[in-house]
Amino acid sequence: MKLRRFTLPYILWLIVFIVIPLLLVVLYAFTISDNHDILSFKFNLDNLKRFFSSPVYIQVLLRSIKLAFISTLICLIIGYPIAYIISRESPKKRNTMILMFVIPMWMNFLLRTYAWLTILGRNGIINIFISKLGFEALNFLYNDNAVLLGMVYNFLPFMVLPIFSVLSKIEMNLIEAAEDLGADKTITFIKVIFPLSLSGVMTGTSMVFIPAVSTFIISSLLGGNKSSLIGNLIEQQFMYTGDWHFGSVMSIILMVFILISIAVTSKFDKQKEGEGGGLW
Amino acid sequence: MVDKILKKLYVFMIFLFLYAPIIILIVFSFNNSKSRGTWDGFTLRWYVELFQDRQVLKAFYNTILIAISSSIISTIIGTFAAIGIHYMPGFSKKIVLNLNYLPVLNPDIVTAVSLMTLYRMLKIEFGLLTMLLSHITFCVPYVILSILPKLKQMNKHLPEAAMDLGATPMYALWKVVLPEIMPGIITGALMAFTLSIDDFVISFFNTGHGVSNLSITIFSMARRGINPVINALSTLMFGTMMILLLIINKRTDKTVKERG
Repeated sequence: MKLRRFTLPYILWLIVFIVIPLLLVVLYAFTISDNHDILSFKFNLDNLKRFFSSPVYIQVLLRSIKLAFISTLICLIIGYPIAYIISRESPKKRNTMILMFVIPMWMNFLLRTYAWLTILGRNGIINIFISKLGFEALNFLYNDNAVLLGMVYNFLPFMVLPIFSVLSKIEMNLIEAAEDLGADKTITFIKVIFPLSLSGVMTGTSMVFIPAVSTFIISSLLGGNKSSLIGNLIEQQFMYTGDWHFGSVMSIILMVFILISIAVTSKFDKQKEGEGGGLW
Repeated sequence: MVDKILKKLYVFMIFLFLYAPIIILIVFSFNNSKSRGTWDGFTLRWYVELFQDRQVLKAFYNTILIAISSSIISTIIGTFAAIGIHYMPGFSKKIVLNLNYLPVLNPDIVTAVSLMTLYRMLKIEFGLLTMLLSHITFCVPYVILSILPKLKQMNKHLPEAAMDLGATPMYALWKVVLPEIMPGIITGALMAFTLSIDDFVISFFNTGHGVSNLSITIFSMARRGINPVINALSTLMFGTMMILLLIINKRTDKTVKERG
């Protein structure tokens, strides 16, 4: 079959726009130079050492991982029940509710995140309400909790949709069989439904964790100056400081961390499922 | 009974959480005051000013231009690539698929800075072209991933049969394969369009001086306060999408009814 040749243009595209750029970032990470002339790059590990010997950078990395982890957990805790409820509805109602998770994404996500300032700000809607009740206005913004809220708000659909799509494929017969054999609702859930939905949970977890750990917009809109994340550091190096070598070091660290965590979860997934996709 | 009420309350709270910012944005696009937070009466002023604001209109134009061209180009590249990948032998198929997953799994920011280093190396001037190339790069993988399942469902010998009966490979592709995988192609194209229109990170790192799209404009406004004109524009865009959705829903309802 000659049809396989149709991939050739895309293979070229992949090499030029995916493989080479990533290799360039690796190259930048392990070198120093005064300009961006590749011939003047000198092998050097100082930037790598600089990252790992500085408590500030390590702290930022750890905070990014911590916030991403907590927001993923919150998304799972509030997202799983709603995915379950939707999967038990009639097909018509089900489609509408799932669509309602997609529709918010049609409005620019920066703008939606920014709108939280209007809701949570010092003179925001919630504070107006609180002061009407006679309490003192609260400070919601510019801290880690505001960043967490922004993450959960933006990425919750990425948790709900994959879990829903797995749950909606579980056959009712299995649940009825478990109940016929004497399992109550809790046991049916723990022993039958949850294990079957695990692949959706895994997909959802990585779809929330990856954008959360690498975001810099949510932290710069809602987090103020003190809550910078690894994404903010990378942005700074590439856009303002101009030290692409150090920025590349941080990008590589972020990428390696994520690829390893994906590899671990997909292995776990494969053991449970007995089937699986590619390498990742 | 209590269970049911709790369940309803929980569903309501989730949707309130998702829609509160959107309702706020739409309401404040009709607010007479420029500052966010205070309501100062109904006005259509921002909708009028929108059509005089050249910076915002230009950003809107760039966003739509990039979204349309990158979704068309990535749908064409992706369709051919998916068909090719489908007929590849096991090992090379695995390699291409894994490379294809890289932009999907890699954080946006890493893809963005890697493309930035590429353009710098090749001395391509940053601007609309670099933005377009970058958007195509992150859209094609999603197009391929939405077409591949449709190819798997198709009878593998269908194009061969057509060619045995005298069709040229191109004719077989056009008349036999493409109609079979059309739903996947449409899903992929819509996905590419949505991803492109909503993108910020990739565009932010790969644009040049004076060239911006809506996301970049919003980001640069965020510090001094966003002009309500943006709210007006987003409300219009959101409204257009909702109307399109209603029309499509109505039409599918009708066809379902007609088919009985």
